[in-house]
Amino acid sequence: MFDDFFIRALIAGLGVAFVTGPLGCFVVWRRLSYFGDTLAHSALLGVTIAYSLEFNIALSVFIISSLIALILVQLQNRTNLPGDALLGLLAHSSLAVGLVVIGFLTFIRFDVMGLLFGDILAVTVDDLYIIWIGGALILLILRLIWKGLFASTVNYELAEAEGLNPDRAKAIFTILMAAIIAISIKMVGLLLITGMLIIPAAMARNISDSPQKMIIYSIIGGLLSVIIGLFSSLEFNTPSGPSIIAAALFLFVISLFKIKQTIKLKN
Amino acid sequence: MSSNNNVLVKMNNAGYRHNDKWLVQGVSLSVERGKIVTLIGPNGSGKSTTAKIALGILKKIDGHVEKYTNKIGYVPQKISVDWTLPLRVYDFMTLTENLDEKTIDEALSLTGVIHLKDKSLGNLSGGEFQRVLLARAISKKPELLVLDEPVQGVDFSGEIALYELIKKISDELNCGILLISHDLHTVMSATDHVVCLNGHVCCSGTPIDVAKNTEYKALFGEQASQILTRYEHKHDHVHTIEGEIKKN
Repeated sequence: MFDDFFIRALIAGLGVAFVTGPLGCFVVWRRLSYFGDTLAHSALLGVTIAYSLEFNIALSVFIISSLIALILVQLQNRTNLPGDALLGLLAHSSLAVGLVVIGFLTFIRFDVMGLLFGDILAVTVDDLYIIWIGGALILLILRLIWKGLFASTVNYELAEAEGLNPDRAKAIFTILMAAIIAISIKMVGLLLITGMLIIPAAMARNISDSPQKMIIYSIIGGLLSVIIGLFSSLEFNTPSGPSIIAAALFLFVISLFKIKQTIKLKN
Repeated sequence: MSSNNNVLVKMNNAGYRHNDKWLVQGVSLSVERGKIVTLIGPNGSGKSTTAKIALGILKKIDGHVEKYTNKIGYVPQKISVDWTLPLRVYDFMTLTENLDEKTIDEALSLTGVIHLKDKSLGNLSGGEFQRVLLARAISKKPELLVLDEPVQGVDFSGEIALYELIKKISDELNCGILLISHDLHTVMSATDHVVCLNGHVCCSGTPIDVAKNTEYKALFGEQASQILTRYEHKHDHVHTIEGEIKKN
C-alpha cells in the first residue's frame, strides 16, 4: 500500500515526536527556544564534518552541538554581551561556517534543501535504530533528572536550597537538547527542529492545567503532527519537515479555540 | 559555640560580596535542633543573603559554612514563578520531594489553605501563596527550616496563627529554624537566639540581651528597645554606602 520509505519515515517521525514532546515543554518553560535554534543551526557544521570525514551524521551533529553549548557557557562567563546576542552570534556563524565548508566539499553532492528542511527519502533503517534507541535513552535520562530539572524550572533557589543539584540537571538537559537535534535532523531539517520542539508544547499549554497533562498533550500533538504532516507530504509532494510543522501549527490554531471556550465558561 | 551533633548548620565568619560591594560579612552563627534563631535588621542589612549563604545557594562566599543535614525546607522571601508553566498548588507541594496525599493535606490544613489544593498557583493572592509556601516547606518534615519573612502579606490574625504554628513545628519536629522577621514582638516572644544584622553582626544573643544592646536600639529606635528594656548608648561606627564600616 505504502512504499517502504514512507513507512520508515513514519516510524522515524513518531519516534522523534515521543521525545520532542517532553523536551519541548521544558524548552517552553525555560524559555530556551532561541537556544534550541542555535544548537540546530550549528548542526549543519556537524553534518558537513560527518560527510568530509565519513563519520556517522547523528554522532557528529551531537558532538558539534554539545561543543557549541559549551562555547556558549564560556562566552557567557567571559563577556558582558547579553545572552540573545551570544546565541545569535553562534547560531549564524556556525550556520555560515557550515555552508562555507559545503562550498569547499565540491566532490560531495549535497542536498542542502534536505538538510535545511528534512528529507523523508533519506531515512534509512539504521536511522530508525538511532532514533528509537537514542530517543529511549533521552527519555530515560530525562526521567532520572526530572525532579531537579523541574524544581529548578519553577524556582532555582528552592531547588538548590533543598539539595536537588539544579546545575547538574541543567547541564544534562543541554546535552539532551543536542542529542534530540542530532537524531531528528534528517526528519525535520535543521531550520525546523525548534518548531517541532516548541509548537506542540505551545499547543499543549493552551489546553492543560498541570505539567503532566501538558507533557502528554505535547506528545500527542507531536504524533498527530507527524502523521498528518507525512501523509500530506506524500499527497502533495511537499518537503516532510515543513509539512509536519505546518500540521503542528494547524493543531495549535485549533487549541486557541479551546482557550476561548474556557474563558467564556469562566465568565 | 559548641559543636555537638545537634548543630544543623554552622556559619563561621561568612560573608558575600557582589560587584565589589559587601552584602554581608563576618557572620558567625549556628542553628541547632529544636532552636529558633532569628535574623533581624533593617532593609538591605543582609538578612536574606545570610540565609542564602547558610543554605548553600550562594557559592563564592567568604568564610565557612557547614551543613549537617540535607532535609531542608525553605521559604524564600521573593519567588517569581513563571506562568508559562501550568502549576497547581498540588504540583507545587511535591516539587522537591514526593509526598503522599495525606501528608500534603495535613500541611495545607495546618496553614489553612486546604481548599486551594487544586487551584492554579498563578491565581492565588499574596497571602494565600505565602501560606502555600509555608505548607510546602513544613510538609517534608525537614530537620532545618529556613523562613525568609514567611508571613508577608498574610492578614493580621493569620500572622499570629502562623507564628504559633512555626513555634509548634519547631517543638514537634524538633527541627532547627532560621527565621527572618520584621515583627519584633514575635521575635521577642518565640525566639531562642537573635542575630541583629546591619551588613555585619551588630549584636546577638537571647532576645533580652539583644534588646538591651546599644546597637539594636540605634537600628530600631527607642520604641523597639522599650519592648523589653531601656538602655543608653553611643554609636562607635558608621556604615558607608559601599558597605564598609568606619570607626568613629
